[in-house]
Amino acid sequence: MRSTKLNGNSKIIAKSFNLFYGEFQALKNINVEIPQNAITSIIGPSGCGKSTFLRSINRMNELIPGVRVDGDILLDNEDIFAQDVVELRKRVGMVFQRPNPFPKSIFDNVAYGPRAHGLKNKVLLEEIVERSLTAAALWDEVKDILSRSGLALSGGQQQRLCIARALAVEPQVILMDEPASALDPIATLKIEELIQNLKKEYTIVIVTHNMQQAARASDYTMVFNMNPDRSGYIIEYGKTTQVFTNPREKITEDYISGRFG
Amino acid sequence: MNQPLTKQRELIRLKKTSREFKNKRRRFSQTIAFAIIWTLGITAIALLIWIIGYVFIKGFPTINLEFLTTRPAGGFDGEGGISTTIVTTIYLVVFTIILAAPLGIGAAIYFIEYANEIKNRNRFAAWLIKTARTGVEILAGVPSIIFGLFGFAVFVSYMKLGFSLLSAGLSGACLVLPVIIRTTEEALLAVPESYREGSLGLGATKWQTVTGVVLPAALPGIVTGIVLSVGRIISETAIFWVTLGGSYRLPQNLMSSGRSLALHVYMLATETRAFDKAMGTSAILIVIIMILNLAINVSSKYFQKRLIGK
Repeated sequence: MRSTKLNGNSKIIAKSFNLFYGEFQALKNINVEIPQNAITSIIGPSGCGKSTFLRSINRMNELIPGVRVDGDILLDNEDIFAQDVVELRKRVGMVFQRPNPFPKSIFDNVAYGPRAHGLKNKVLLEEIVERSLTAAALWDEVKDILSRSGLALSGGQQQRLCIARALAVEPQVILMDEPASALDPIATLKIEELIQNLKKEYTIVIVTHNMQQAARASDYTMVFNMNPDRSGYIIEYGKTTQVFTNPREKITEDYISGRFG
Repeated sequence: MNQPLTKQRELIRLKKTSREFKNKRRRFSQTIAFAIIWTLGITAIALLIWIIGYVFIKGFPTINLEFLTTRPAGGFDGEGGISTTIVTTIYLVVFTIILAAPLGIGAAIYFIEYANEIKNRNRFAAWLIKTARTGVEILAGVPSIIFGLFGFAVFVSYMKLGFSLLSAGLSGACLVLPVIIRTTEEALLAVPESYREGSLGLGATKWQTVTGVVLPAALPGIVTGIVLSVGRIISETAIFWVTLGGSYRLPQNLMSSGRSLALHVYMLATETRAFDKAMGTSAILIVIIMILNLAINVSSKYFQKRLIGK
């Protein structure tokens, strides 16, 4: 596929990026530019490397033994593999598929990141916690129960808590790995609204299995597919409206119309 | 014309009876199984109640404030009470746990959280780690008297520490170390991987992740392991017989010999006629173990509430 150049500033650029799990190549020749302050969704059939690519952007894959990468991923034109991984993850936050609040109070959950980065001032921490929870549209629901365990919240609230927790570190990019797949439709809608509000300040990359979600909630859509050797590649990438209404590739059309995947 | 239909009916009737018979037999085997399981369960519980009840009934008459607060006086009649043995037991427990807990918890953290990083790079290190973990597993099943003999040979004789709290504490630490390592490992393994990912994803370092999220989440399991070890130290006899000596005086320092409660029971039973006092001391031991178990229950409920909020 030809390298895709989109309008606007590119926040993340992948250049002939390959990823291997041991001998198995999971991502093949990924060339893509992800624009700033926009929502980019990644769709595609199961097992074609969507999450793997997402988790490459904050180097989360390094936790898995035997992972090897080549090629480049640039964040603001800096090679992410050349920088300190802790600093990188401060700039690139992540929200996981299943809500994973820590078994701590709501306050401590949100304050965890800033504290880890050395902030001790209680007043500042309180400010950050309130700001982050407000930005995650959770403040009104939890402002009176900040000392209660984060695990006592409902699933949707837990996921918004995880978003607040990621926002508290003041990242530039937020990666979301099917953030609503474990939630009911109403909680999903709330998360989607929230993501829309967040794009003013953040660059958002979201992996989703839900075609409607990609169609209604994202500005750009990246479609992954699988090579015959099971490695993943990007078959189509463009404005969401274009990908969904006028796909260039036959496979994309089949996929988004639900004929496979 | 009519005959096939009758045949069919007959067949259906036969099938029905056979099914009913099968059902009956299944219900019957279920009843038998229930009966056997219930009998076994009740027998086991009855046996335990019998032992504890026997010790309590024989032991409680000797227990009073004087028994608890006077020191043993020795002699063929096992004169005196058990005050110094209680204090010695507490010394022994505290000293042993201070030695074993940091070492055991540290080792478990290394095995579960850090060893993987090296395992994939260095085959010799991987072999070493595997051997160490197998060793821990084997040591967890070794009888306590072996630890006692080791303690006697190394700490008491070779290092010339004599029969002392120090020798006993070191040997006791060796005894409970595998227990603490194993329980801590289990507790760490039970911490969901998503907590670690969540923490690392926020830009926390590995060490911050371990101390900030993993250890607090594993704390209930770790505490349980330590309380189990405390119970082990309180109830072990053989290992302390060959390392702690048997003096019923109050230990003055780490080099003093002493006598723990369990050791006292053994000595009363084998060297004196004071069988009632042995029973009284045993009853106290059982009460302490019960309190420890209660403490595990209460603490795990407390942690549950604080961490999970339910």
